[in-house]
Amino acid sequence: MKRRDFLRNSIPAATVLPALIGGFSVKAYSADNPFLQSLMRATMDTDKVLVIIQLNGGNDGLNMVIPIDTYGNYYNARTNIAIPQNRILTLNGYDKTGLHPSMTGLQTLYNEGKLSVIQAVGYPSPNFSHFRATDIWMSASDANAEVDNGWAGRYLATEFPNYPNGFPNSAMPDPLAIQIGSISSLALQGPSFPMGISITDPTNFYNLIDGVVDPTPDTPWGKELKYIRMIAQLTKQYSSVIKAAAANVTSQGNYPSGNDLAAQLKIVARLVKGGLKTRIYMVSTGGFDTHSAQTTATDTTVGNHANLMLKVSDGIKAFMDDLKGLGVEDRVIGMTFSEFGRRIKSNSSTGTDHGAAAPMFVFGKNVRGGVVGTNPAIPSGATVNDNIPFQYDFRSIYSSLLSQWFCVKDVDIQTILFKNFQNIPLAINNACGTTGLEDVYRNAGDQLIVNYPNPFAESTKLTFKTKGGHTLVHVMDTLGRSIRTLTDKVYTPGVYNLDFDSYGLPTGVYYARLQNGATQQVRPMLKVRP
Amino acid sequence: MDRRAFLTAKHSSLTRQPESAFHTARTTSGLTPYSGPWTAEEIVHLLKRTMFGAKPDDVTYFLSKSMSQVVDELLNPVAAMPSPPVKDYSETDTIAAGATWVNDYPADNSTEQVRRNSFKKWSIGLMINQDRNIREKMTLFWHNHFATEAVTIDNAQLLYKHHALLRSNALGNFKALVKAVTIDPGMLVYLNGYLNTNTAADENYARELQELFTLGKENNPNYTEDDVKTVAKVLTGWRIDFTTGITNFTPAKHDSSTKQFSSFYNNTAIAGQSGATAGDVELDALLNMIFSKQVEVSQFIIKKLYRWFCYYTIDATAQANVIDPLAQIFRNSNWDIKPVLSALFKSEHFFDALNRGCVIKSPVEIAVKACREFSIVFPDATTDYADAYNMWDFIHFQAAIFNQDYADPPSVSGWPSYYQKPMFYELWINSDTLPKREQFTDTLIVSGYTRNGKTIKIDPIAFAKKLSNPGDPNILINDSLTILYRVPLSDASKNTIKTSILLSGQTSDYYWTNAWNAYLANPTDSMNYQTVYTRLRDLYKYLMNLAEYQLA
Repeated sequence: MKRRDFLRNSIPAATVLPALIGGFSVKAYSADNPFLQSLMRATMDTDKVLVIIQLNGGNDGLNMVIPIDTYGNYYNARTNIAIPQNRILTLNGYDKTGLHPSMTGLQTLYNEGKLSVIQAVGYPSPNFSHFRATDIWMSASDANAEVDNGWAGRYLATEFPNYPNGFPNSAMPDPLAIQIGSISSLALQGPSFPMGISITDPTNFYNLIDGVVDPTPDTPWGKELKYIRMIAQLTKQYSSVIKAAAANVTSQGNYPSGNDLAAQLKIVARLVKGGLKTRIYMVSTGGFDTHSAQTTATDTTVGNHANLMLKVSDGIKAFMDDLKGLGVEDRVIGMTFSEFGRRIKSNSSTGTDHGAAAPMFVFGKNVRGGVVGTNPAIPSGATVNDNIPFQYDFRSIYSSLLSQWFCVKDVDIQTILFKNFQNIPLAINNACGTTGLEDVYRNAGDQLIVNYPNPFAESTKLTFKTKGGHTLVHVMDTLGRSIRTLTDKVYTPGVYNLDFDSYGLPTGVYYARLQNGATQQVRPMLKVRP
Repeated sequence: MDRRAFLTAKHSSLTRQPESAFHTARTTSGLTPYSGPWTAEEIVHLLKRTMFGAKPDDVTYFLSKSMSQVVDELLNPVAAMPSPPVKDYSETDTIAAGATWVNDYPADNSTEQVRRNSFKKWSIGLMINQDRNIREKMTLFWHNHFATEAVTIDNAQLLYKHHALLRSNALGNFKALVKAVTIDPGMLVYLNGYLNTNTAADENYARELQELFTLGKENNPNYTEDDVKTVAKVLTGWRIDFTTGITNFTPAKHDSSTKQFSSFYNNTAIAGQSGATAGDVELDALLNMIFSKQVEVSQFIIKKLYRWFCYYTIDATAQANVIDPLAQIFRNSNWDIKPVLSALFKSEHFFDALNRGCVIKSPVEIAVKACREFSIVFPDATTDYADAYNMWDFIHFQAAIFNQDYADPPSVSGWPSYYQKPMFYELWINSDTLPKREQFTDTLIVSGYTRNGKTIKIDPIAFAKKLSNPGDPNILINDSLTILYRVPLSDASKNTIKTSILLSGQTSDYYWTNAWNAYLANPTDSMNYQTVYTRLRDLYKYLMNLAEYQLA
């Protein structure tokens, strides 16, 4: 059943639906109402999706993407865990590099031109703390700067600047981003609020925490908790569009069992096929912090890391096969990342300690397959201090995907990532270069504050709308510090103008934040050289 | 339709829960003094019900005392009554900015309005800055009981006086409070008592005095419609001098005929009086007659207290083991409030596991508790009153949009959550208010609320530092839940929250411990700070977004 049919069949006119679709009470509209039809409109085939796969713990990239041309140095650095050369999976047409023997699925994707391997991705002055390194990857900050929001969140805030005021709406009835899991990550945090939602199961929103439903016992507090949860489910924004999307897909390809990554990707495929216009999905899987017992002592091709490699490879392969079977593989590309790689030299407990740069995978029918970059230089006689230097800044990957897959303009990318990064050919989207759709999204919702011009050199004019009462407009820097208060007083409802003169402030990204009661909206602004 | 059938019919289509879901277990425990464990859990339960939340410092303070000592301390405030609200508005009057306006009578309409707002902000400030006792919670209880609407009273001075009366009598004698409220100028305005004269009786207060304030409407038999009219005659002649805001009795407006009541009141006749003391003498006689219906009055008030402090469902066991003996205590004490509260708060019933966590926080509680429990730093109310009032205004406004506008309840019946069967507290939570509650706590912890260059914002690190061992992620979560929640989270849920938020997906606890210790060792290092700050921020935001947070 098509999504449209599902909705039409399940909402007879004049039936009271005890829920909302896209935030609008549907009972007031018949199925022929153009407004309702706009809520049910077919998803455009041009809508692109990015799936971000986080490998928690710091993946050992050197045993995942193995340098064949410097195999001797590789082997000598980690004799107790090195993959035997004759077990390395080879890549068609590229003999310098191979994959971990568990990754037959990714080998197939590579050979079909659906996998791009980017060598030695990192950033200057790498950090070896899980927390800090994760924050750097999620926020796309420099190593020595703190940013308390995420790169994907900032992208979505640029594309949907009015969110969440007036959302969902007919232009964007679906979540902007979905994290599979119970808690949203920093990557999806926008400048002022989360830009994504988290779900564990698209058909059952009672699962509040990772499939664990804390019981509501037969007690007074159990009764009240059950009541509040019921209201929470009814009011959970987007729950009905997600359930409807999931219900559209009744049959999917096979996924390996006992593979938590595969299970999450299966949900993603279902929601993409089901018609959600959601742009970004995040999934994550853990266990990559392999300080010890990375391989078994007797066979370095089996053990914990081999199981992790199998999980990643089989999960992605099953996902790709499913997307193809569902007819949506044109719309999706994915990428993997981990907060850091591991040390070149292994330790004595058949493990590896925290390291620096590591390879990333970008996969999908519309990626430019191949290996980007050269094998990392491995010194002969590597010591415990030797790390893999980065060839590509991870923000180049973000920047390239934003540009080539989501068609984001350079000036906006600079706002999102704070500066310019090298462009690497990774993805193919023929729609990039054409115009038209963007404004629909950028004007969707309730626009409460805008500025013009943007980018600006010295000053820019802010126009804001207040519903009355105390209203604050201030300018924040990328660290969230308030650097200029433009107005801070009680207003009567209406639309007002303010000038922001940036004299004395460095070029870069600023946020104009409107606060009106508990309503907020944040507008990114870019100051450039005149 | 009986209550249970109504509930089932109303909810079954939404919840798809089996009918048995509404046969909730209740307890047989009664007023026997509680002698079980006395830990932070019990203290937080007691404080969440009797105050606006429990701060870690409050718990530490009370942990060294026995249960009985803590209850006694809560019931015996020593601090003087608060200083009155001050001029925080710009409208022109004779009052200096920052000086109190409560003795200035009267003002024009726009000034009265900003003064009423000043009063509301100040009231919220008193709750946020409350001492460790029950006074502010009881003031709110009496405000809900003797409900008046500021917008109707209109005159801000009378509004202030009315609430000051409730506060100073909050833990005193109920019968004395009824008398004081009857001739309180704010109440005389609100229920038209000042228009009630021998030539034009107004029955408004006469009815509510019996139906809402003392006897209730569920007695069988009960007072009659004629009794309402006759009570109105007793209460004729009370007037207000609007130039001073003081009640006076005008003998010429008083009905001096004999007042004959129904058999419900044992055919009591109140002899008509005249002269300056007539109103007072007849009022005493009236209250003696009403309070002679001892069982009805005591049952009515005790049930209201029970629904406020314990739970809204009163089954036969609770009636027999708690309500009846408390009503007896109330009568024996000649209507003193404290002995009743003392017996309740020291009882097995109050601390019974089945009676914990089942109160849905009211809007004022959600708004004020978030400020108190996290010890949000507000602008100093003495040195920077204007900014302090601005912030209290924000908190008051939030509670108002969650449907509880302090000093302006929807009617003389108070807020429906305390009387409307069968949903009671559940009326606070609906598809409009629940997202707003979440938006409010999100604002407090993510961006804070900024006005006039000052920001109120939850400092999650400062909160964590108050806990016993914030470096251990398991203890940190347990300690946090002890303060913030009153219902349990499963170990599986706690573990997920720990791993996903505090450990950023890692499996070893020491990653959090190391991050916390690095921060403590060098707290001025912004990277160390940011690492623990974002994780604690996300932890508390998440905890406040779960349904469990709405319960107290």
